[in-house]
Amino acid sequence: MDRLKVATVWLGGCSGCHMSFLDLDEFLIELAGKIDIVYSPIVDRKEYPEGVDLCLIEGAVCNEDNLEILRKIRARTKVLISFGDCAVTGNVPAIRNQLGADNATQVLQCAYIDNAQEHKCLPGREGIVPALLKRVRPVHEMVVVEHYLPGCPPPADRIRAVLTQVLEGLSPKLEGAQLKFG
Amino acid sequence: MSTAVDVKTLIIDGMDVSARQDQTVLDVARENNIFIPTLCHLEGVADIGACRLCLVEVKGTPKLLSACTTKVYEGMEVTTDSERLRKYRRMTLELLFAERNHVCAVCVANGHCELQTLAYGQGMDHVRYDYCFPKWGMDLTHPFMGMDHNRCILCTRCVRVCWYIEGAGTKNTSGRGGGSMIITDLNQPWGDSETCTSCGKCLMSCPTGALFKKGSTAGESDRDRSMLEFIVNAREKKQWTV
Ligand code: SF4
Ligand code: SF4
Ligand code: SF4
Ligand code: FES
Repeated sequence: MDRLKVATVWLGGCSGCHMSFLDLDEFLIELAGKIDIVYSPIVDRKEYPEGVDLCLIEGAVCNEDNLEILRKIRARTKVLISFGDCAVTGNVPAIRNQLGADNATQVLQCAYIDNAQEHKCLPGREGIVPALLKRVRPVHEMVVVEHYLPGCPPPADRIRAVLTQVLEGLSPKLEGAQLKFG
Repeated sequence: MSTAVDVKTLIIDGMDVSARQDQTVLDVARENNIFIPTLCHLEGVADIGACRLCLVEVKGTPKLLSACTTKVYEGMEVTTDSERLRKYRRMTLELLFAERNHVCAVCVANGHCELQTLAYGQGMDHVRYDYCFPKWGMDLTHPFMGMDHNRCILCTRCVRVCWYIEGAGTKNTSGRGGGSMIITDLNQPWGDSETCTSCGKCLMSCPTGALFKKGSTAGESDRDRSMLEFIVNAREKKQWTV
């Protein structure tokens, strides 16, 4: 069998899910023998490649960049896994949705003007700083997702359980406390 | 002496069981170690069938019935677990998560929450409905207890313990549908309530992170329901002579 082409991506999250991935310890060595990581915050590749078998998506969909890459990922990947609570539920990044229609403006104002000690100004540069979406969304509200790996962050043994099943050619399935949010 | 208790025999999940005629399907199932998920049921206060988690199938009835409010009868045949029931339970749970703001990662009840535990127990790996993200506030006016409407599932356990165990009648409900909420007295800040005895029973009864002790962390928020059980037992078994 060809080595599985795996990607991991970091949208609107804290990178904790990726830290948990690194926490797989010696299983990472086993993984390295069976998969190729073709795109990830931990490998140096600028463009998301074609023909990816599996992508772990950390983070909610918060800004235009997130949405653009997510659509590209969906088009170029066989199996998507929502990786962690932000991807699965919107979690902490989505709390701003509770502020209503102009929540994006309100949070920027709060962070960069009201509470800034110096250089009070909104970040923004065409083509560099992406605009926030009106509403933060979990990944499956924007594209079709095959599997879910909840947890904030998902503990390493949970990630391992899913990857082991994938490597065995199974459709990964978590049960009971392995599905706990938070 | 009264005559012998009227005993009914029924079948739950293919098992013959006997019950007193005043028992509910839920009572009998629990006595026989058959698990039926519940959220609004609380030992010691009257059942109201609000959460619909305990739905079961009863032979001869096309409708699903709530086990906590359905009395047993002779020859009844109950199914507590089926594809159909699992489908509805999961839908109900997902709707509860979509309706208010449940952010387990930063919730005081994380790890001690009946809603969270049921969700993973029923295999809920994500919510298929769009989240509503409503704007709900908190009431932090009481000196040592808080109410977070974002986490409330409107099970009214707090209302029932406040009325029927404490007898204070402080907690109430107002509004309709998605706009329903738990209020204090006639919708005033909890801290201003003259009826609240600050007994903390509502807090002990709450299945989620909606009612909490101020200043306690998620690790400390384990609910102590033993006090509620103690009071109810003592009352029902007449251990207190008046
Ligand atoms: S109340 Fe329970 S389900 Fe809701 S956020 Fe808190 S821990 Fe999660
Ligand atoms: S503390 Fe006691 S009296 Fe006050 S609202 Fe809660 S149950 Fe009612
Ligand atoms: S505050 Fe807690 S006990 Fe009261 S209705 Fe809401 S979830 Fe139920
Ligand atoms: S426990 Fe029966 S309806 Fe809630």
